[in-house]
Amino acid sequence: MTELGRYTRLAGMAGLAILAMTVPSMAQEVEEIAEEAFELSAPETAYIFNTLLFLMTGFLVMWMAAGFTMLEAGLVRSKNVAMQCTKNIGLYSIAGILYYLVGYNLMYDGVDGGYFGSLSLWGVDDSAGASADGTGYASASDWYFQMVFVATAASIVSGTLAERIRLWPFLLFTVFLTGFIYPIQGAWQWGGGWLSEMGFSDFAGSTIVHSTGGWAALMGAIILGPRLGKYVKGGGINPMPGSSMPLATLGTFILWLGWFGFNGGSQLALGTVADANAVATIFINTNIAAAGGVVAAMALTQLLYKKVDITMALNGALAGLVSITAEPLAPTLGWALGIGAIGGIIVVLTVPLLDKLHIDDVVGAIPVHLFAGIWGTMAVPLTNADTSFAVQATGVVSIGLFVALTSLILWLALRVTIGIRSTEEEEMMGMDKAEIGIEAYPEFVTN
Amino acid sequence: MKLVMAIIKPFKLDEVREALTAIGVQGLTVTEVKGYGRQKGQTEIYRGAEYAVNFLPKLKIEIVVAAGQADAVVSAISGAAKTGQIGDGKIFVISVEQVLRIRTGETDAEAI
Repeated sequence: MTELGRYTRLAGMAGLAILAMTVPSMAQEVEEIAEEAFELSAPETAYIFNTLLFLMTGFLVMWMAAGFTMLEAGLVRSKNVAMQCTKNIGLYSIAGILYYLVGYNLMYDGVDGGYFGSLSLWGVDDSAGASADGTGYASASDWYFQMVFVATAASIVSGTLAERIRLWPFLLFTVFLTGFIYPIQGAWQWGGGWLSEMGFSDFAGSTIVHSTGGWAALMGAIILGPRLGKYVKGGGINPMPGSSMPLATLGTFILWLGWFGFNGGSQLALGTVADANAVATIFINTNIAAAGGVVAAMALTQLLYKKVDITMALNGALAGLVSITAEPLAPTLGWALGIGAIGGIIVVLTVPLLDKLHIDDVVGAIPVHLFAGIWGTMAVPLTNADTSFAVQATGVVSIGLFVALTSLILWLALRVTIGIRSTEEEEMMGMDKAEIGIEAYPEFVTN
Repeated sequence: MKLVMAIIKPFKLDEVREALTAIGVQGLTVTEVKGYGRQKGQTEIYRGAEYAVNFLPKLKIEIVVAAGQADAVVSAISGAAKTGQIGDGKIFVISVEQVLRIRTGETDAEAI
């Protein structure tokens, strides 16, 4: 320390001492605060940081609902934009209510290696407090964090079925998806069920969240059928370009931002240096995987179509993110880049494949969330030696079968009872006018 | 009186307006339109599927002038809107029977 610095510091301390002497109560307060700070135990500090991680990454994941909404608003035609917004705010809210009513406890309460938890309301229980091993957290922060995940799964379905599904049948499906289908398969792994005992690994949910949403979307797309005029007789495909590339891009960036919460928060703890290192590593792996997905999709569309397809680049970002979600911690940056890039390639190759099969996925959610989700889950053993391809495949297939079958039954039941599809006239008029009576972009305004 | 109706390339509007102002045209109406002529459309690719853009965006300008001024207006527009490339557009001249200015009730030549 320089002489000058030392004198300045001494002078400052002397000043404080004089101030403290002249104001005795302040001196006492300063002492008390100092004492309290020292009384905070290590487990309590860990408890606070763990809770903070859940809350902060949780609201990042909540914001992904906005990302999905903007992405879908941009990729549907302008006559269906307000409907898409309505579906998204509706599904997010339904997911949050159902997760309280049945979802959380069905997923986490007393699964014990089995297939599902208990049918009961969730309630705050902080009786455990700050456990000595530093793994404690506020129970509500954990509930909140898990709740925003189920909303993500529901959002995936919304985009695929856009422009032709009616509002209430869709929301009714969301009730079953978020209240029962998602929590049951989630219990198998994250709730401590049979898959987790077997050694399955799905860090933040490539399979549990993304493939689940993807399977539900795929079954919905098959039962619902394609949009009018999408597939022309004789094998022709009639593209229906989206209404706003800026909104779709904004939505993708919001999802990308939210994903730091999705993957980073899935470390579930921030109370130790090891946890802090892990969360930071997850952030950079998540980012580079998305970047790899974008660049791969841009390069491949340039090669295949002589022009970069912006919608494929956006899908490529999301596919990269989904791919790294099953294991965002173990890979090096190089591995994460490669895993994400393959996700981007999968999207560019499978979007036209679905079109060939006449499965109409408006926003590309099935390639992004289902196909890249399977890839990400199967890629885990490449970088995580504690896992095996056989067990990963067991998880992918068992959850896939369960979600696909239950979704198929549900979509069929909805179709034969209340009906899921709008009439031809309504579809041509646009869902905005037909279903909710309001246009996203009213252009002929007379007053 | 004549109605001069021209279909032009959208980015040529400012040049056309300046040329018309220079010869004393007082006002015009512009509409965004889509259509095709010899230019036909072009092919685009969206999410891996090719599609033809059959209707290209153009602007339609409409000007009503005294019969004697129509030729000057036509040459002003054709001079300003021309690029020499396919898709420059067309100009139509149509006879107008009656004109009335709503605010004052003036008619025909006085209303132009």
